[in-house]
Amino acid sequence: MSTFIDKSTRLVVQGITGRDGSFHAKQMIEYGTQVVAGVTPGKGGQQFESSVPIFNTVAEAVAATRANTSVIYVPAAVAASAIFEAADAGIRLIVCITEGIPVLDMTRVLPFVRERGVRLIGPNCPGLISPDQSKVGIIPGNICKPGKIGVVSRSGTLTYEIIHQLSTHGMGQSTCVGIGGDPLIGTNFIDCLAAFQADAATSAIVMIGEIGGTDEQQAAEFAKREVKKPIVGFIAGQTAPPGRRMGHAGAIISGSSGTAAEKMAAFEKAGISVMKRPADVVPLLKERL
Amino acid sequence: MNLHEYQARDLLRRQGIPVPPGEVATTPAEARTIAERFGGKVVIKAQVHAGGRGKAGGVKLAKTTAEAEAHAKAIIGMTIKGLTVQKVLVAPAAEIASESYVGIIVDRTSQRPVLMVSPAGGIDIEEVAAKTPEKIHRLAVDPRYGLLAHQALALGFALYKDVKQARAAADIMQKLYAAVYAVGASLAEINPLVTTADGAVQALDAKIAVDDNELERHPDIAALRDLTAEAPEEVAAREAGLTFIKLEGSVGCCVNGAGLAMATMDLVKYYGGEPANFLDIGGSSNPQKVVAALRIITSDARVQVILFNIFGGITRCDDVANGIVQATREFTLKVPIVIRLTGTNEALGVEILRKAGFSALTDMDESVKQAVAKLKGRTA
Repeated sequence: MSTFIDKSTRLVVQGITGRDGSFHAKQMIEYGTQVVAGVTPGKGGQQFESSVPIFNTVAEAVAATRANTSVIYVPAAVAASAIFEAADAGIRLIVCITEGIPVLDMTRVLPFVRERGVRLIGPNCPGLISPDQSKVGIIPGNICKPGKIGVVSRSGTLTYEIIHQLSTHGMGQSTCVGIGGDPLIGTNFIDCLAAFQADAATSAIVMIGEIGGTDEQQAAEFAKREVKKPIVGFIAGQTAPPGRRMGHAGAIISGSSGTAAEKMAAFEKAGISVMKRPADVVPLLKERL
Repeated sequence: MNLHEYQARDLLRRQGIPVPPGEVATTPAEARTIAERFGGKVVIKAQVHAGGRGKAGGVKLAKTTAEAEAHAKAIIGMTIKGLTVQKVLVAPAAEIASESYVGIIVDRTSQRPVLMVSPAGGIDIEEVAAKTPEKIHRLAVDPRYGLLAHQALALGFALYKDVKQARAAADIMQKLYAAVYAVGASLAEINPLVTTADGAVQALDAKIAVDDNELERHPDIAALRDLTAEAPEEVAAREAGLTFIKLEGSVGCCVNGAGLAMATMDLVKYYGGEPANFLDIGGSSNPQKVVAALRIITSDARVQVILFNIFGGITRCDDVANGIVQATREFTLKVPIVIRLTGTNEALGVEILRKAGFSALTDMDESVKQAVAKLKGRTA
């Protein structure tokens, strides 16, 4: 068991011939992910690494290979378009690695994917991995170990740091999900907490947040109500300078400054153990398990 | 990217929103000439990317052209929240009957552009929101259909009883909504939206923040960037594709990823040091970015030690290692450097560093501890 992806995941890589797309497609294949197709308009009919067929469109890739999941490495200017295309082609899970997508593009993308019942992870995220089953994205496979800890994070590299701590101390992971650091994302903390709560292979959860917004506070309230498994949390940005103000509107809309202290207090109130530094993750989990 | 008030006003005017006249001056003499044209009685407003301009003395009313020149002289060159005022907006002083607030921001929770209006506009709008939230009317707009006429009119009536004024406000809201998508704004505010003595509805002051990710597709908006209004090292970082924020401490940090960068700063503090900066080299790094990062960090005289914390994913350790080696060929590092390198292409990166005489650590906690220990006046 795992969450969102497993051995049956059939992956199409959008942007497979680009610098990042080709590098990480190879890494995913080496990890054992079923990479069944690639898409680069104009390169349809060619082969990637003499083994993966390349198509001009996602729809062609799906028709020919029964791909059910897509990962996106295309440039930011066309990334929203790539998400629309994947959702239109019948892909069920879209993982968008690309960073720098305009937030207004996402205001149009999100209703489109939701209407079709498609799950989007990201954008601006490292993707996800279910160790020894499947990896979709860029999380380095060698730092992960199979096990029972579910990891969900808004950050990219900080997630690797936490996974690395877990693995080197013998605590494997069921699934690690990087949900992305952008203001508008497809899958949030609450979605992942609910999935980990429902996943029989997950026995404890690590949640890594950041300053800004109120997602962590809302997730803490959800956790208190709905999640029975132990949770250990971290908030990055305790020493960050107060953010550049977004006019008056930012303060009016959230009624919150989104500081680390505020989020850590919300975690504690919900019974989530709070790490002071990344190295605290293992001792705190041991206390709770 | 923030626009100045005068730029935001121009932009709204081009969208067809009624904006009272006003011109920009960079010298007191220019301010006087403009004031003469407007009949002498004008407002002089500092054009600077900071809130609370009025409270800082950056907004002054002048009754005569001589007074306008004197106010401009006082305001140009003054410092507001660390930023030097280079320009002032000179606008005719208007008789104002009422002040309202209209703002649009992309809301994380509803994941839509949210229109917020309040009849209690002006400088204390945040206090209004905190103390009397019922005076703020909100609408999450469905981006597939945009702001519909009846929705805008209902909010117009929330501001004004008079149907003509309500219609005028509704028209302004629809144009403001269109402006958000037209320029790629993450925030657009009219505060205050005023009614004049003769009943006209006008946008007196405006604030627009453009999403940096939109600038490539809006070169006309990108050209509005005022480099003199920003810290020079932040300009250099942006041009190199880095995210950099200068802080007060002495540990120069170079990290890949914003979350890890913040966690690194937190850990520096945890072990008794103070970070000199936030610096994220981003994903998909190339060696040149690392060279630029080191150039920016070492230009800060307060930096006593440089700490690299790299956990490779899309960033490759060999790229970072090559960047460090290349930088030391281009200029001399005068302070110690502690490098933590792990993840994608780690072995390659460590080998490149070893050949150049550097060593690399693999543990974050240990590397931060070592960096803090290298600060002057401390023993390792």
